Amino acid sequence: MGALQSLPDDPEYKYFARKTGFSFEQIGILHKRFKQLSHNEDKLRRDDFNTIPDLASNPLRSQIIEAFFDKRNFLKNCEGSVQEIGFEEFLVVMSHFRPPALNMTEEQREIVRRDKLRFLFNMHDTDNDGTITLEEYRHVVEELLSRSGSLGKETAKGIADAAMLEVASISMGHMEPDEFYEGITFEHFLKILKDLEIETRMTIRFLNLDPTLCK
Amino acid sequence: MSELPYGFPCCRWSLHIIVLVVFVCNTLPIEASAAPVNPSRETDGSLETNITKAFPVIGIHYQHVRKPFEIALWILLALLMKLGFHILPHLSSVVPESCLLIVVGLLVGGFIKVIGENPPVLDDQLFFQYLLPPIILDAGYFLPIRPFTENMGTILMFAVIGTLWNIFFMGGTLYALCQIASGELIGIDLLACLLFGSIISAVDPVAVLAVFEEIHINELLHILVFGESLLNDAVTVVLYNLFDEFSMAGVVTVLDVFLGVVCFFVVSLGGVLVGVIFGFLAAFTSRFTSHTRVIEPLFVFLYSYMAYFFCEMFRLSGIMALIACGVVMRPYVEANISHKSHTTIKYFLKMWSSVSETLIFIFLGVSTVAGPHAWNWTFVVGTVVLCLVSRVMGVIGLTFIINKFRILKLTKKDQFIVAYGGLRGAIAFSLGYLLSKRHKMRDLFLTAIITVIFFTVFVQGMTIRPLVELLAVKRKKESKRSINEEIHSEFLDHLLRGVEDVCGHYGHYHWKDKLSRFNTSYVKRWLISGENFKEPELIAFYRKLELKQAIMMVESGQVSSSLPSTVSMQNIQPRAVPQVSKKQEEEIRRILRSNLQNNKQRLRSRSYSRHTLFEADEEDNISEVRLRKTKIDLDRRVSVMENRMSHYLTVPANRESPRMGVRRVRFESDNQVFSTDSFPTVHSGKPSNSSTPDTVSLEAGVTMRSNLKTDIQPRGYASDKQQGELDYQRLARCLSDPGPHNEKPEEEEDDIFMS
Repeated sequence: MGALQSLPDDPEYKYFARKTGFSFEQIGILHKRFKQLSHNEDKLRRDDFNTIPDLASNPLRSQIIEAFFDKRNFLKNCEGSVQEIGFEEFLVVMSHFRPPALNMTEEQREIVRRDKLRFLFNMHDTDNDGTITLEEYRHVVEELLSRSGSLGKETAKGIADAAMLEVASISMGHMEPDEFYEGITFEHFLKILKDLEIETRMTIRFLNLDPTLCK
Repeated sequence: MSELPYGFPCCRWSLHIIVLVVFVCNTLPIEASAAPVNPSRETDGSLETNITKAFPVIGIHYQHVRKPFEIALWILLALLMKLGFHILPHLSSVVPESCLLIVVGLLVGGFIKVIGENPPVLDDQLFFQYLLPPIILDAGYFLPIRPFTENMGTILMFAVIGTLWNIFFMGGTLYALCQIASGELIGIDLLACLLFGSIISAVDPVAVLAVFEEIHINELLHILVFGESLLNDAVTVVLYNLFDEFSMAGVVTVLDVFLGVVCFFVVSLGGVLVGVIFGFLAAFTSRFTSHTRVIEPLFVFLYSYMAYFFCEMFRLSGIMALIACGVVMRPYVEANISHKSHTTIKYFLKMWSSVSETLIFIFLGVSTVAGPHAWNWTFVVGTVVLCLVSRVMGVIGLTFIINKFRILKLTKKDQFIVAYGGLRGAIAFSLGYLLSKRHKMRDLFLTAIITVIFFTVFVQGMTIRPLVELLAVKRKKESKRSINEEIHSEFLDHLLRGVEDVCGHYGHYHWKDKLSRFNTSYVKRWLISGENFKEPELIAFYRKLELKQAIMMVESGQVSSSLPSTVSMQNIQPRAVPQVSKKQEEEIRRILRSNLQNNKQRLRSRSYSRHTLFEADEEDNISEVRLRKTKIDLDRRVSVMENRMSHYLTVPANRESPRMGVRRVRFESDNQVFSTDSFPTVHSGKPSNSSTPDTVSLEAGVTMRSNLKTDIQPRGYASDKQQGELDYQRLARCLSDPGPHNEKPEEEEDDIFMS
């Protein structure tokens, strides 16, 4: 992206604000954090994420880091992952966690909801085939339960199987014994999580960021 | 209603007759109590001195049982009324129950007064010590934690700042009103007005619960109004005592104000602390109750009650103690107690709070008739209007400030519901009643309080439901939490925490996660018995779901999911090698059929003998040996089949597994195998056909559950055992096929294998 100055009225900031919807202050703060993580370079690599100590104890660590490098999250109709990202991609990924504006119409809310759920879907669908298969879902649950340690794979398998069964029941209703449910498509995913109110759940307050507080 | 087309009018009339009888009984005791106690003494005396007098076969010894008898009668009356309302067709959908109960109270009070007796009053001791705690404990124990903590800031703002605003605004304007209106109101000084304000300003949890429960609004609004009504108790208690003390002293200094503020913190935080301590005590006690399950619910109730009384002793906020106790206690107690105790606690709490609520409203009605009244148009009307005005102003002003800090802003509709839902109730009345008689304006205050309560409960309570529908306020979603939502809820928590860490932001999720980890590593270790403390929430949730499904399955008698769909496990399991399995099936069938024919040949030779039954036992043993041999042969080949069929619900629970059940069923089917074959073949067709599918499904279902235990063991061992059991049953099934119908076994086996 080239060297970015941290002046608030930088034209690139205007471009970012328009693209992601962040305010100038928020972009400035995130830029500071980006530089802190990347050690003042232009590009962020996977190793840079390993320097965050709090992230180490998170069971979803690898998936979160992957999400930042997943092309589907910052480019339209692209697949695969990159090795390093610039500030623009960082911002775009972060923009998935913005809270919805106060006076949004129902359609706008729907768009925001789809956007966020798309992000979650991409996190689960690791092989980019457009569906979450049973194996992928099992992996998700295993990672979630990995911190508990003792109960391990069998439990995760059972839970994932039951969850998959539930999705199949809700989405497909009636299935012949011979039919095979390939995996959760994006539409099914939307359907099962429609009650979760994702547009308010999946948000972070960007108001009070102060990267100097923690390392 | 539709079940009693002709009986319905009779039902109603019989109910009315019962109610009338209860009325009469209620008044009779009061009359009898007025009479002197002589009769009993007389009989005693007559026994000793006059032997010639006849032994009294039966007599009325009312004084003996007076108190419990009256209490029981009142409660019975209350509950019959509650019953009556729901029988009458459209009444309960238009008028909220609380209104009806107050009306009944009015009628009863009027009736008693007409007879010439003094109706009982809702005295504060009865209210605060017996009627209020169950309701608050019920609310606290079942408080939805997530919305409560997420909206804690908003709730506290409304509870503390909102109530303070109400008190001072109302007190101040009422004083001004009194001064302007003059007349008899001149005598009311500012402190008395403020005291009155502190009584009338607090939103009442009982009334809010009673009305909001019936309108089913969305969780956010419910928790906002309800949380506010619970937490404003501290403010009310402090200011009430403060103004009560001051009105005696007459002068307020700055020091007093400062002490008042300190007192507020002491009362509220002290109440919470006491509640937390008693909550932990209860949790710790429940860790050891595994051998005395029957008394588990009692610990929950008693510790909470103790917390409440402990607080009342020190004039701390008892309501906050009860809430804190219930909230703290619940996760640990629920992990320790049995399922039945959990149900008992739930139902007892609901029962007691329901009875309390009913009694409170009835007594409110009775007390209205009884209490001394002093009516003053200016004061009373002014109070009612000011209550509404100050509430609306307070809510709008506070929401303006609060919305700056909220992600999910409160819309105008939300604000309206919050303002309109600020109902006053019995707490205000009891506090007014508690005022000592030296306050010369006590009667006036009581009248005003009762009028406000009536206004809010009747007018606001009745109109809130049509208004909610008119404004299309979001309703509570009825669906239960699905496992997908649970998984993703937890997923989101971790994801958001991770992103916060990437941002470098110590936010909401960071602290929540820290607290949860502290909880798991230290606190749970102490408070939860056995090995359960290591269990993550997701697994606990999943096990509860499994238990529910198992119960449903037993009750409905078939394997069913919550939705009427035909999707089953095999639809989602990836088919590893589908073609091979069909070939394997053929092989299995061939082997088994050859076995079957061998067995049948042997049996036919003895089928008409009288000694079939005895020989069947022998047969049992021999065939068992044969079956075991076949099992070893088939061991390797049925692994795919076993994988497909053995997975239904496979969470390893550290509880007893129904392994015994498996064995029992197996023997049953064995006996069936041979007894049906020994009968003449014509009749064997039907019974075996109808019964085996049941046993098959039962076996299949029970086998699935046997995996509960086997999954904990090392993999290799587990799969052998599973395969062994499954093989045995499959063979048993095959062997139970009736012989002559050679085409049918193909299809039946097909069905059995493919189900």
